[in-house]
Amino acid sequence: MSKQLVTLNRVVIRFAGDSGDGMQLTGDRFTSETAGMGNDLSTLPDFPAEIRAPAGTIGGVSAFQLAFADHDITTPGDDPNVLVAMNPAALKANLKDLPRGADLIINTDEFTKRNLEKVGYETNPIEDGSLDGYNVHAIALTSQTVEALKGFDITKKEAQRSKNMYALGLLSWLYSRPAEGTRRFLQKKFGHKPEILAANLAAFEAGWSFGETTEIFSVQYEVAKAADLPPGTYRNIMGNPALAYGLIAAAKRSGLPLFLGSYPITPASDILHELAKNHHFGVTTFQAEDEIAGIGGAIGASYGGALAVTTTSGPGIALKSEAIGLAVSLELPLIIVDVQRGGPSTGLPTKTEQSDLLQAMFGRNGESPVPVIAPKSPSDCFYAAIEAARVAIEYRTPVFLLSDGYLANGSEPWKIPQADDLPHIDPNFATAPNHTKADGNEEFWPYLRDPETLARPWAVPGTKGLEHRIGGLEKADGPGNISYDAQNHDTMVHLRQGKIEAIAKTIPDVEVDDPDGDARLLILGWGSTYGPIGAACQISRRAGVKVAQAHLRHLNPFPSNLGEVLRSYDKVIVPEMNLGQLSMLLRAKYLVDIQGLNQVRGMPFKSSELVTAITEAAESM
Amino acid sequence: MTTYLDLIPKSEATLSAKDFKSDQEVRWCPGCGDYSILSNVQGFLPELGLAKENIVFISGIGCSSRFPYYMNTYGMHSIHGRAPAIATGLAVSRPDLQIWVVTGDGDALSIGGNHLIHALRRNVNLKILLFNNRIYGLTKGQYSPTSEQGKITKSTPEGSLDYAFNPVSLALGAEATFVARTIDSDRKHMTEVLRAAAHHEGASLVEIYQNCNIFNDGAWEPLKDNDTRDDVMMRLEDGQPIRFGKDMEKGVIRTDEGHIAVVNVSEVGEDAIIKHDSHAKDPGLAFALSRLYNPRTLENTPIGIFRDIQRPSYDRLVRDQLAEVQANKGEGDLQALLNGPDTWVVS
Repeated sequence: MSKQLVTLNRVVIRFAGDSGDGMQLTGDRFTSETAGMGNDLSTLPDFPAEIRAPAGTIGGVSAFQLAFADHDITTPGDDPNVLVAMNPAALKANLKDLPRGADLIINTDEFTKRNLEKVGYETNPIEDGSLDGYNVHAIALTSQTVEALKGFDITKKEAQRSKNMYALGLLSWLYSRPAEGTRRFLQKKFGHKPEILAANLAAFEAGWSFGETTEIFSVQYEVAKAADLPPGTYRNIMGNPALAYGLIAAAKRSGLPLFLGSYPITPASDILHELAKNHHFGVTTFQAEDEIAGIGGAIGASYGGALAVTTTSGPGIALKSEAIGLAVSLELPLIIVDVQRGGPSTGLPTKTEQSDLLQAMFGRNGESPVPVIAPKSPSDCFYAAIEAARVAIEYRTPVFLLSDGYLANGSEPWKIPQADDLPHIDPNFATAPNHTKADGNEEFWPYLRDPETLARPWAVPGTKGLEHRIGGLEKADGPGNISYDAQNHDTMVHLRQGKIEAIAKTIPDVEVDDPDGDARLLILGWGSTYGPIGAACQISRRAGVKVAQAHLRHLNPFPSNLGEVLRSYDKVIVPEMNLGQLSMLLRAKYLVDIQGLNQVRGMPFKSSELVTAITEAAESM
Repeated sequence: MTTYLDLIPKSEATLSAKDFKSDQEVRWCPGCGDYSILSNVQGFLPELGLAKENIVFISGIGCSSRFPYYMNTYGMHSIHGRAPAIATGLAVSRPDLQIWVVTGDGDALSIGGNHLIHALRRNVNLKILLFNNRIYGLTKGQYSPTSEQGKITKSTPEGSLDYAFNPVSLALGAEATFVARTIDSDRKHMTEVLRAAAHHEGASLVEIYQNCNIFNDGAWEPLKDNDTRDDVMMRLEDGQPIRFGKDMEKGVIRTDEGHIAVVNVSEVGEDAIIKHDSHAKDPGLAFALSRLYNPRTLENTPIGIFRDIQRPSYDRLVRDQLAEVQANKGEGDLQALLNGPDTWVVS
């Protein structure tokens, strides 16, 4: 039966089910198929902190949202066009985001009396008319899967578990996705279990055929390749692996061995996993006994001349604070990766937030300045990691790299760079004495600074004649011996601060995107809000609103021209997933009346919310 | 067999204790036991023949942790309790260094207890010198995790209530491969222990009974006083029966209940006395010996090497695994990594 083929520009799908239903895998596979089609895309996984929350409950719902389009997009979309709900809990938790008229694919097998009661449905929503506003496709996904797998030498439970592949096959047909990648993937994943492999393949094919033959779906959709992507070779990438690759690239381009000291924590652990997969790049991964030992090991490795990294999330940073202060005092290169999540305390381990900015800036005793860099998208984690390494090595300082849960697990197409084009970083190790004593003999002063950068020499153990001792006690300016002298301390505090401020000379000016050049309203963001802000500005401009957009990668120090930029607009709005942390820094430093737009719901901004705020702000001017 | 020392460059010149003295003024209190430890270490190191730029001292916080400033080697005075973690990162990265950790009873057993036990269990190639004076010195005299229960200090005016740690028992429980105890005042004994610790590949824990003459003077006096020393202290020597006492009249035996006990040799006969074997695979006897002493009177205190067994060090295993992966997969190709398995072309 041939069906009508409808071409769409942009589709947003949300897969939602129980934690054990394999929704993340289904989403990942659909993403991969979509990337292979040449669509632009953006993804947003949303899963609970529990590995297997009680089955069928709202708390156990795991979802994966994906937007794909024939044009350049920057967000996973606000509201889905299609919701796949594998059980009543998934329907209940996600229906509020579904606009009327959207497609709703429901697994009817799970809509039993017991499951409905579990989430407080008194009647079956499929039958009681409450879904009348939606385009409902009620399908017995589980039993159809089991039926399709009759004759396979697997248990009923195993057959039921393949229902996600049945759903994937159906959606792949519905949106004309190529199936070859998924077949390859399944072969790799289940190659050692031939029966399970055959069952999953069969479930996928059965789902596909069902779409083709059933009358439930009268149309099939297609989304053309994105036309406005720059030419090149692309892949799909998530933030955590991109960040790990950036660290490996920085190590290669600086000629230093990479050392990671880390303690597992959500949502940062995948960086540890990714680096552990790549030991053949000369990468050492040390899974320490705790967060403090993770950074301790990294400090030791840095002292020995490695490119040292520690990775964690907000609670881990709190534990590492004292050691970060030590690294500030030792003036050794160190990259501190904070994949931010909802706080305070354990907070929301699997949800995103930007609330560690002030912790990164000030969460230490004493005057303890640390550069802060934040990537703006999943693929930008790669470049931000290289930039963090550059600053750390050139300035002999710990550097914060502030990612977040959304960047870590979200994905987008990435134009793959040429490894040879990546910047070279010179470790410039000290090899000889740098000071002549009164008696004419040469000696080494570990705190004699480069006049340009104010960086101190990096002399690693094993270098003859440069033996020296460093520590957390205040050091004499130059010789580096312990000094309790009041004037010296004042000098050293200013030198350490001045060194970090001087980094501004090497970072690019902040650029403002204002196509007409006459906007009086500026939206300034940092980190992962880049996508939603960009989308909101585009939508607002199409509606005739004049709005400029700028985005900060360097949060400490700020780009040199930032004050000038802020003062040249009548109104500056700073959207953040916190209660106004960047706003506070900007207000304090530039005395500009920044207006914060703040939300802490554990999810990225919706572009529509930002459009509303932009429109209201523009109208009030 | 090659040892880790073969990986460390040797000194071209013959070094002396003087070469290991830094130009910094030593600022411990006059009469502190730390002076003799410093002097012993500086006096002993030249015999290893290592290049001094390939020796690193890493410490935490406390009186003992000022040690690196006085050594003319590479060194780091870090933060409280974290020296074993920092040293682990350095050891894993640099096989060409000999790394010493200097710590105290507060630094190693209180705030840094976690790092110490994990460095020991991993068998990181570190030489750990634990100065035990049973008191907090740098914060001016609070009780420590090795203070005897009932200790009257500024923070415990009615007496401390905590049960004390026994550092040797703790180290053995943490699977340490080298555990020894010595005393600040016995230069010869300390040098022998340091020598064995330095030649051991893996984590060496040396507990050094050290006197704080300001806040806990005489803490180890029964072990130092000529009149009492031989009565309370037993010297562990490999292959020798464990005997002590002024006339070597006391000895250690296994009891019928499976424990060990100190008895009069004349009552059981010489053959019943246990011979010390620090290389025994099973740490049971070493642990039992560590439990013999009375923490209040210091009776039956063993000194010497409790345990000294061979097991590949963590840092060596890390490097070997890295080399093996590189041999199997070849050196990493950055472009291939960036490309990944699935790409598409936009033209």
